[in-house]
Amino acid sequence: MGRKDREETVSDNKERIKSIVPIGPYHPLQEEPELFRLHVEGEKVVDVDVDIGWNHRGIEKLAESRSWDQVTFLVERICGICSNSHPLAYVQAVEDCAGVQVPERALYIRTIVAELERLHSHLLWIGLAGHFLGYNTVFMWGWKYREPVLDIFEEITGNRNHYAMMKPGGVRRDVDPEYFPHIRKQLDEIEKQITMVKGAVLDDPVLHARLKGVGVLTREKAIEYAAVGPVSRASGVPSDIRRNHPYAAYDRVEWQVITCESGDVFDKAVVRILECFETIKIIRQCLDNIPNGEIDARLKEVPPGEGIGVAEAPRGEVFHYVRSDGTNLPIRHKVRAPTYMNLPTCKATVVGQSITDATIILAAIDPCYCCTERISVIDADTHKQVMTGRDLVRLSQEKTLRLRKGLGL
Amino acid sequence: MGIAIKALMKSPWVFHISAGSCNNCDIEILDCLCPRFDVERFGIQLVGSIRHADALLITGAMNRKSAIRVKELYEQAPKPCLVIAIGSCACGQNFFRDSYHTVQSLDELLPPGAVTVYIPGCPPKPEAMIQGVVKALGQLAKKKDEPVTAGEEKKES
Amino acid sequence: MDSERVVELLNKSLGAKIKEISAPNPRRVYVTLDPADIVECARTVHKELGCRFNIASGMQMQRDFEVLYHFAFEDDTPAGVVATLRVHLDEKAPSVESISHVVPAAEWIEREMRELLGIEFRNHPDMRRLLLAEDWPAEVYPLRRGKPWEGKIEKKL
Repeated sequence: MGRKDREETVSDNKERIKSIVPIGPYHPLQEEPELFRLHVEGEKVVDVDVDIGWNHRGIEKLAESRSWDQVTFLVERICGICSNSHPLAYVQAVEDCAGVQVPERALYIRTIVAELERLHSHLLWIGLAGHFLGYNTVFMWGWKYREPVLDIFEEITGNRNHYAMMKPGGVRRDVDPEYFPHIRKQLDEIEKQITMVKGAVLDDPVLHARLKGVGVLTREKAIEYAAVGPVSRASGVPSDIRRNHPYAAYDRVEWQVITCESGDVFDKAVVRILECFETIKIIRQCLDNIPNGEIDARLKEVPPGEGIGVAEAPRGEVFHYVRSDGTNLPIRHKVRAPTYMNLPTCKATVVGQSITDATIILAAIDPCYCCTERISVIDADTHKQVMTGRDLVRLSQEKTLRLRKGLGL
Repeated sequence: MGIAIKALMKSPWVFHISAGSCNNCDIEILDCLCPRFDVERFGIQLVGSIRHADALLITGAMNRKSAIRVKELYEQAPKPCLVIAIGSCACGQNFFRDSYHTVQSLDELLPPGAVTVYIPGCPPKPEAMIQGVVKALGQLAKKKDEPVTAGEEKKES
Repeated sequence: MDSERVVELLNKSLGAKIKEISAPNPRRVYVTLDPADIVECARTVHKELGCRFNIASGMQMQRDFEVLYHFAFEDDTPAGVVATLRVHLDEKAPSVESISHVVPAAEWIEREMRELLGIEFRNHPDMRRLLLAEDWPAEVYPLRRGKPWEGKIEKKL
């Protein structure tokens, strides 16, 4: 499809632009190096190249010139959506190194903030998935119901994003119980909405036809790639850091690890939707059972040694390693985000599939959303770019329409 | 007032570029399109092609890999083009200024005076972004030269 | 599962290859190995003992380089253990055999350590650049001590 065709489509279909809500940075220019390069033969993907580094800002090196407390603010900004998970894993690494016990109330507060983050992240993903599939009402719905969660964050932490709640030894701010009734009310409302979406998704024949059997990551491949989070749980691997390496208050509340069997995109969606219910359950129990007491162990010094902290971010396991020589600054801080392990699985899930399914398969990994937009499609014989990410999104939405017509709906 | 500027003021088409950001600003930009803030009712739309852009929303700390693209994209955008730096990273790079993998800040990367509005915040709230865009449009109308920061008290606005 | 049990398991399966082993708390075990044994030990821990590969960390210390390979022991009993296999590499020419043939998930992190620290991973299938921009000079390793990039690359584009 040449550039002329794209421009005609854009100017002739202003209405179409209005209804397709573009997401993320678009780089439709031919010369743009892309994140995912799909090599295709006709409609089939035969290989995929992944190119990262677009957000590499040298955070590990910056951490070596910041104090133990300052690094908490630094790592928050690794990723905006997992803004709490990185500080949580980091402070746990420092506490592991220092051998310090965190007060009970702080553990519950950590859990509440972490689960609220999971809720808003999964709602965000559901919205995005809806967009890629052509269900734009789902996009609007998902992001509309994120807003009350962000409001709760603003009430209890002071910011919609980047909450700065974590601190080595505890949490930075207490949560006022006067907010609890409001939080409970919002959770009730959100739960009703997710129940509706769950019914709509699980029973929709178009989604079944569209997503079942698509982009399958087998259990063996999930283990081989050391995939984490919903990506691995959808393939039947029951690995959840909250269960396997309990931290915060997760072993003090009742909840279930959600797994599915077939590892296709449908299962990845189901895992995330069902996790929202578990999340709401966990938050309610924390609000009911949170003890009074201190919120900070007042960690003064980090002794020489090393520590590892892990946490279950919405996308999977976040891993932090710190090394201390007893001074005020870490001498090494290793950060590993979940997407680092999950991105390579695209080699197993996208190769052999049709280009119409490429965006939804890549989106199902749930990487930083803007990364999925940087897709280019390259003809395997001519090595020329034939399509862009935007073309792929449109193809994906058109396929859903075709399926719906085919089913007589 | 020229026709181009008048057209721009009625329904600015915005193109979003993220250059090494944590994505929080990017998500808050999208939030502006969603039901609560719904900037589409003002005619503000996100477009997919730089050649249709009236305004550039730029986020990110200008990491080395992305910054080169930002410069190229700016050059391809039809002028007049509003450049709105969204977020503390785009305004002045935050602590990423010291990093080995960032280059100069956005306003040093683009030609002098290219950045019209700075919207600081980490991330700035959608209300702040909308205020910033409105100020940028107001700037154009008055054809002033100095850039403004969203949140400044101004008697005229 | 706790660290005592993991120490038992590792002593049994890795035997004389272990140079040093410690368990600072019930959830963490650290094992020091000879670099020549790392591939065999990684295979044992990953394939025979069924551990998940978390990630690897490299660092330049006072007199040598260290590479740590982190594995998670996770079985049905709550409370897993993270076991770290540590190797010390020569300061002048840090080099070790790649484990990516037995632990495919290690492919990217070994590329990253090569790029940022200059550690050689022998027989790695794909040593292309992973994170750094195209114009970053090849022999400059930013995660090494100090600021090795100063004077080697222009910060401003």
